[in-house]
Amino acid sequence: MKILVCISKSPDTTSKISFIQDNKVFDENGVQFIVNPYDEWYALVRALELKETLGGQVSIITVGTANDDAIMRKALAIGADEAIRIDAEPKDAYFTACQIANFAKEGSFDLILTGKETINYNGSQVGGMLSEILDLPFVSLASRLEVNGNTVSVEREIAGGIQVIEANLPLVISCSKGMAEQRIPNMRGIMAARTKPLQVISPISTDDLTSYVLFNTPSSKAAVKMIDASNMDELVQLLHNEAKVI
Amino acid sequence: MVLVYITTQHGIAKSALETVSYARKLNEQVVVITCGSASANELEILGKYGAKSILVNRTIDGEDSQQLARLISSFALSLKAETVMFSHDFIGKGVAPRVSVRLKAGLVSGAISLPETDGSIKINVFSGKAIAFVKVNSPVRIISLLPNSVAPEITGVNCAVEEITGDFGAAAIKVLSTKKPEGDIALPEAELVVSAGRGMKGPENWGMIEGLAKALGAATACSRPVADIGWRPHHEHVGQTGVAIRPNLYIAIGISGAIQHLAGVNGSKVIVVVNTDKEAPFFKAADYGVIGDAFDVIPRLTEAVLKFNAENN
Repeated sequence: MKILVCISKSPDTTSKISFIQDNKVFDENGVQFIVNPYDEWYALVRALELKETLGGQVSIITVGTANDDAIMRKALAIGADEAIRIDAEPKDAYFTACQIANFAKEGSFDLILTGKETINYNGSQVGGMLSEILDLPFVSLASRLEVNGNTVSVEREIAGGIQVIEANLPLVISCSKGMAEQRIPNMRGIMAARTKPLQVISPISTDDLTSYVLFNTPSSKAAVKMIDASNMDELVQLLHNEAKVI
Repeated sequence: MVLVYITTQHGIAKSALETVSYARKLNEQVVVITCGSASANELEILGKYGAKSILVNRTIDGEDSQQLARLISSFALSLKAETVMFSHDFIGKGVAPRVSVRLKAGLVSGAISLPETDGSIKINVFSGKAIAFVKVNSPVRIISLLPNSVAPEITGVNCAVEEITGDFGAAAIKVLSTKKPEGDIALPEAELVVSAGRGMKGPENWGMIEGLAKALGAATACSRPVADIGWRPHHEHVGQTGVAIRPNLYIAIGISGAIQHLAGVNGSKVIVVVNTDKEAPFFKAADYGVIGDAFDVIPRLTEAVLKFNAENN
């Protein structure tokens, strides 16, 4: 079983988000980068569990600069066998998907996993784009994945419920909560990660389909209005008359 | 013209009406495309929200993104759509990126407002901690609209429903079953949400949360620790790594308001926080705050809501 897991870096969940160069560029100064939680906790860990029961290999791929080698080593420490980095600053999801597809099309992977979205751009785009470029089936927002021979059984979130789906390998799946439990790398994993292969590949050129022209941080809220715990009628009236939400 | 794909096989959601209303504001020529077995009577009401006509394919079940992408792209090309729209829901997230690749058209995913004068469109980024303006550089653009970002608007009358055919390949995925929790209000679509955290002390105390939610007609949600220790199901977990929601009203009970939790709810229009700790960081993000013990405040609030309901009905 050959599995490819797509990894993105994202700012640590507690990072302060600010922008520089007239609000055109994210300010990375002082920001701690981590493996995007959906990619790590769910996609990567489930891939490792499948490898442990079915055998095979787990490769990880990212599109990014040499700064991203640190998060790739972390993912290797958790248990991936090899890492691939496409050496480019990702421009948008289409750029990223084209780079990964260009690598994956030669790799005869049985399964390609992504997180359901990144916690920085939140686009939920790369998995779907990748599957279209590779002409593979795609299941988005999967919360459970079992592999049985050539068939996969997947649960995915739909509005207010869960769908159980069957499909054949190879395919692309985006992973959300429920798929697996977070794993903390141990010292042996960290040591082993140092010598695991990390291949750097040059990017291909693509069309620029979208660009991020400006960023804003939401203006801070007006001060909270405190209501006495004994006066819930007042709160209900405020929600009705002032906030107009009930 | 604008081609709008909407999911109808699970019923017509409010987000579908929002998407058609948004499309109508971009362009008067709105054609809706869908598939599955929804009746013409159910579909024609989309005309009221701005659709000029509805195209429905009866042979595709609407669950496979690959098949849907072929269907939608082929009609986008033949109708010369300038914009193709989706709701940013579980189907839109699967299909819109595929259509983007097929049409070589830039995708704005999770749009929260109409395009600015320069054509850029606002989306939430950094889990709601910032807003980005995204510009599409290709001649055709694709927009998926974040649910609860614009209000559905009635502007017209019922429209014609036309059945369409064509070869869009076999479905690569088969739906074996669908589990829907009965009676619950779907969290991502809910306008009112009552959410609770560790302050509730145990799963056996959730009855009062459900009671308040029922009185309001709200969905229930929870914080991450509560889902992780198994007090509540995972699909109720709102926050950075759970579900992101943007209801009109979010009532947070016994949740301190860690930054990861706020990231999932900061799109809410109005936030009410109930907490015993007056230093809880959530109060800084709240519109209304109540300092008090949930076990004391919630029954009072529920009673006040029931009284309000009785007076206003």
